[in-house]
Amino acid sequence: MAHAPAASHPEAAARFAADVPRTHWHDESLWFMRVKRDRAAAQVPEWERLRELAQAIKAHALATLPALLEQFERNATAAGATVHWARDAAEHNRIVHGLLAERGATRLVKSKSMLTEECGLNPYLEARGIEVVDTDLGERIVQFRDEPPSHIVLPAIHLKKEEIGALFHEKLGTAAGASDPKYLTEAARGHLRQKFLAAQAGLTGVNFAVADTGAVVVCTNEGNADMGTSLPPLHLACMGLEKIVPHAEDLGVFLRLLARSATGQPVTTYSTHFLGPRPGSELHIVIVDNGRSALLGRDPYRRALSCIRCGACMNTCPVFRRSGGHSYGVTVPGPIGSVLAPTIDPAAHAALPFASTLCGSCADVCPVRIDLHHQLLAWRGELAAAGHTPAGKRLALRFTAWVFASPARYALAGRLARFALRVLPAGIMARLAGPWGRQRELPAAPAESFRDRYRRTHGRA
Amino acid sequence: MPTVALFVPCYVDQFYPQVAEATLRLLERHGCTVVFPEAQTCCGQPMSNSGEAAAAAPLCRHFLDTFQGHEYVVAPSGSCVGMVRHQFPDLVPDHPALEQVRTSTFELCEFLHDVLGVRRVEGRFPRTVGLHRSCHAQRELRLASGSERMVAPFDKVKALLSSLEGITLVEPARSDECCGFGGTFAVAEEAVSCLMGRDRLDEHARAGAEVITGVDMSCLMHLEGLARREGRPVRILHAAEVLLGEAA
Repeated sequence: MAHAPAASHPEAAARFAADVPRTHWHDESLWFMRVKRDRAAAQVPEWERLRELAQAIKAHALATLPALLEQFERNATAAGATVHWARDAAEHNRIVHGLLAERGATRLVKSKSMLTEECGLNPYLEARGIEVVDTDLGERIVQFRDEPPSHIVLPAIHLKKEEIGALFHEKLGTAAGASDPKYLTEAARGHLRQKFLAAQAGLTGVNFAVADTGAVVVCTNEGNADMGTSLPPLHLACMGLEKIVPHAEDLGVFLRLLARSATGQPVTTYSTHFLGPRPGSELHIVIVDNGRSALLGRDPYRRALSCIRCGACMNTCPVFRRSGGHSYGVTVPGPIGSVLAPTIDPAAHAALPFASTLCGSCADVCPVRIDLHHQLLAWRGELAAAGHTPAGKRLALRFTAWVFASPARYALAGRLARFALRVLPAGIMARLAGPWGRQRELPAAPAESFRDRYRRTHGRA
Repeated sequence: MPTVALFVPCYVDQFYPQVAEATLRLLERHGCTVVFPEAQTCCGQPMSNSGEAAAAAPLCRHFLDTFQGHEYVVAPSGSCVGMVRHQFPDLVPDHPALEQVRTSTFELCEFLHDVLGVRRVEGRFPRTVGLHRSCHAQRELRLASGSERMVAPFDKVKALLSSLEGITLVEPARSDECCGFGGTFAVAEEAVSCLMGRDRLDEHARAGAEVITGVDMSCLMHLEGLARREGRPVRILHAAEVLLGEAA
């Protein structure tokens, strides 16, 4: 992953949540997306049927992935594109740099691509003298700030318009103190126009690669993928190998689900199908593995490869909304990111499957029905078994299980706990209760448990 | 007359005996013969949800040994029933009583609504009540349709509560957002957990709830702990206590 976590999730989340008004603002901004998604989904009578279809198509695609990838390569090549295969991030970066260097291109414009974030492409190219300009507005903002996106669809959702105004004042010379979104967007638009005009190559992500036609489909709201690929003589399209769909008509399922799930729009403003290069230009498609084929062989996590990167699980996640995307320390944060990240490095990302209450809202909004919270639970088991969870917690749980395994030990422990709660002063109990007691009272302890009372009133069973 | 083995979650047994008592009385009032198998301890959910399958499995086995053979097993908890129904098959796949116990274990409101077919609960509760829809009751047991899914709306707990005489049910904004309890999450991610809980309390307060109720005492213990620390006037009661009604 491109950005190593600076702290584990609980610490980063606590820092974020310490600014309560700002956290509520972040929470409301993302909840607004969830509300828009609900409204849009409610207008499609066959919504749940579409989700089932999408799940089935993706399951089929993943089950037949090698054949579909080869079919895609044949059809894309026949249409005039060149297909490259990259085993990992390093190979991907080498291929992209090689294509640019061979053509003497030093000015690259990019539309949004989480894959290139995952591969750390920008710093790799910049170190080799290539100017890389992210042209999605949110991505350009975080690029100016030299930080990763905090959300895969809304990269700068963690920033307020006043902060963007100050940033643009510094970087683009907008009026000091200006924070009108329309004014700031116009300024970015003017700035990006110059970059589009001067670009020698355009790089895009890929939302869907259609096996039976060889086309790649790129969805944006800003048209920046189209701007970036319409002028330069070189179009690079970079995709993870899971982006394959078997048939063009499958897009009738996925395009209906994608934008509604992401932002509540009926469809993305631009859904561009690239079938071969424009006359007089080149189209190179780089297909990247980077751990995906290994994931394909791992139940239950293989279903996570169905993800179409709509971000709905982030918008609905009550933890994500109150901890911010950066607290996850990975390119793809939130529930889906917490399933994906440990597949790359379980020790480094061991806290992520625990950064969830297992509320299950993510699984119910997921347009491809990934059972996200069940996968997080499965990860917890693997991480604990591998010793990647705190030793004290493991020991405490095992001790509690030992106590609970015997009705007599359980009853005695309960009696002792209730006795302690009744006789010890509240201040001492709150300290003994640790993180529970900092902001919460412990329950009042009754003199008698239910079982004691039952025995007293009903006699021994 | 159905015979019910009462499954009292460990923390309810120790800290909220009145909830278990209310469950017992409610079941008896609806014509059930209720027994309390005294060997029961804990279903193992805290261990399983923390990834400690090996620690959870003996508790699951003990649970199945204790409850096997009963016509019905009923608990005042969505998440403990969710544990039995959905996690036991992975944890103790070979236990001979697994299927028999799994398929006869119900959450209290689910049992009243689906098994006994109760649509009207006799009783009076003249208060303004907000229903906290706990996640596992909501999304594992499907006691309500849920705000995410585009299906015909239903809500079994609300249906029972709303049949009480004099009750006024209010809807908080974000009708089924998580309260932030989440088992060990409440401690491991204390900051986010408490913020989530206070947000729920605020939403119920804005809706005008004098009482917050729900089917999972664990969520309610977290909300109650936050509310008491801040001296909020709201009362927290389990749905079993509300369904029992107030003396007129």
